[in-house]
Amino acid sequence: MEFLRDTWILFLRLVRATMRMPVFIILSIAQPILWVAMFGALFRSVVQIPGFGATSYVQFLAPGVAIMTALFGAAHSGMGMLVDIERGVLDRLLATPAARGSIIAARLLNSGVQVFLQAGLIIGVAMLLGAKAQGGVSGILLVMLSASLLGAAVAAFSNAVALLARRQETVIAVMNFVILPATFTSSMLMSANLMPGWVQRAANVNPVNWAIVAARDGFEGTAPHELLVRLALLAAFALVCGLFATGSFGRYRRAM
Amino acid sequence: MTSVDSAAPSAVEAPRASNVLAIEARDLKKTYSGGVEALRGVSFSVRPGEVFGLLGPNGAGKSTAVKILTTLSEPTGGSGSVFGFDVVRDAREVRRRIGCVAQASGVDHAATGRENLELQGRLFRIPAPELKRRVDELLDLFALAEAAHRPARTYSGGMKRRLDVAMGLVHRPEVLFLDEPTTGLDPESRAVLWREVRRLASGGLTLLLTTHYLEEADQLADRLAIVDRGRIVAEGTPDGLKAKLAGDRISLQLVESGRGGEARQLLGGLPGVTGVLADADRADRVYAHVVDGAHDLPTVLGALERAGIGVAGVALTRPSLDDVYLNATGHAYQES
Repeated sequence: MEFLRDTWILFLRLVRATMRMPVFIILSIAQPILWVAMFGALFRSVVQIPGFGATSYVQFLAPGVAIMTALFGAAHSGMGMLVDIERGVLDRLLATPAARGSIIAARLLNSGVQVFLQAGLIIGVAMLLGAKAQGGVSGILLVMLSASLLGAAVAAFSNAVALLARRQETVIAVMNFVILPATFTSSMLMSANLMPGWVQRAANVNPVNWAIVAARDGFEGTAPHELLVRLALLAAFALVCGLFATGSFGRYRRAM
Repeated sequence: MTSVDSAAPSAVEAPRASNVLAIEARDLKKTYSGGVEALRGVSFSVRPGEVFGLLGPNGAGKSTAVKILTTLSEPTGGSGSVFGFDVVRDAREVRRRIGCVAQASGVDHAATGRENLELQGRLFRIPAPELKRRVDELLDLFALAEAAHRPARTYSGGMKRRLDVAMGLVHRPEVLFLDEPTTGLDPESRAVLWREVRRLASGGLTLLLTTHYLEEADQLADRLAIVDRGRIVAEGTPDGLKAKLAGDRISLQLVESGRGGEARQLLGGLPGVTGVLADADRADRVYAHVVDGAHDLPTVLGALERAGIGVAGVALTRPSLDDVYLNATGHAYQES
């Protein structure tokens, strides 16, 4: 109970800070719209490649871009932690009786909620461009949930790196090192049918791909059983990352 | 003006046996992974209601000691306790009882002054109606009421520092840690903060204050420990420490730095000279402690002249914490 209460209190602090950054909010809305429009236009003709397995690229792309937004957005979560470290805010929080885990959980919740809303927006724009939500409203919610879970996991990882490295350059380098390979070993932009064998195998163990396949299954209203398995895997992955980040406080404390 | 008891220990706390120390550090050691020894065995104790000062130059280990005692850092040796609770094993109990004002501030720039205070209060589980009253009270007390609704990034340095101190007091802690509270402040803000510290102390709050300003320690601390390179080199009341160095100090700057040893030997044998010191950092300096400066200065200068040791500069001073520091460490105190 105390953990949830502290998480909520600390989450509200982050929300208030976000609400005071109108430029950040505008860009967070504009960016996913641009991505759907740009990738949609650029790759429009790839669906004509024999074996791609989809007829409309926007239909194929929308869940992928929702996950991509989650991945790229949540990767920066650790930067906020670094600002808190530099300003002494983190030490101040650590010197209160608040549960250590709630400091991390608040950031995961913040990232999760942000990408949840962004994912909904992306699906909305894609539908304006002709995509069809075959899975209905629950399918759209599943896309948003997949994005949230991945966002929370990536945010946790980013925060762990921030606590361990305590340097902006390192956080940026590590997250860039992870993000692009994770993107290209997934079916975000390209159908799994057309991937080389080794990329397919990498995709199978890539949480980003779990999120994309789960989101796409939800959007298309297919494979409900596998979808639940993937969501469970994502939730477990987010939990492991969250525990890793919370554990990083121990290292932080010894290094202080 | 709101009464000073706002900072007194909370009424819900059971009265404690008077023999429990507010803060106790026992042989604290901290070696960082790079091999840097920040603390090499630091012991001191602070009684309830006392203002205790840790005085030392930057890098002496004061902040490390505070971080360990406020549960933010783990010692690599020794132990610390706050009102009998171990800072490692009973960290949560310690956190409930302490307020911290760290050197690196801790004000959330994106939040308003009021929000910063409320966040602290909520995390310390102060019920909402009481918290509202407490925050209003602190905003008034620290002259922040008018700026309460503005984001803290718009605050001046002095205002941020005052907010910092207020944040450390929201939950009525029993011990307040102030790590270099006036560093970087203009003289006026410093005077305001000194007044604040004195008022908190008179309200019965236990305070541990670190500073690299000799004058600050002298003015505010009931007792102090001088920290140098991870060790405590002197401990006592400011007056007691100075009283040990009775008499006056003659500071000499020699023309030839190579003749310091010779000068010290010569001066050590003069009547009225109670002690002679070299400065480990500046070879051309010699310090002589004398019983009566006005009487002994001509003797000292005359002896040097007869020996042909040229003097480029001379100063006669009453003993200060500066001398206590020099006496204890062998090098002159440098504040920056």
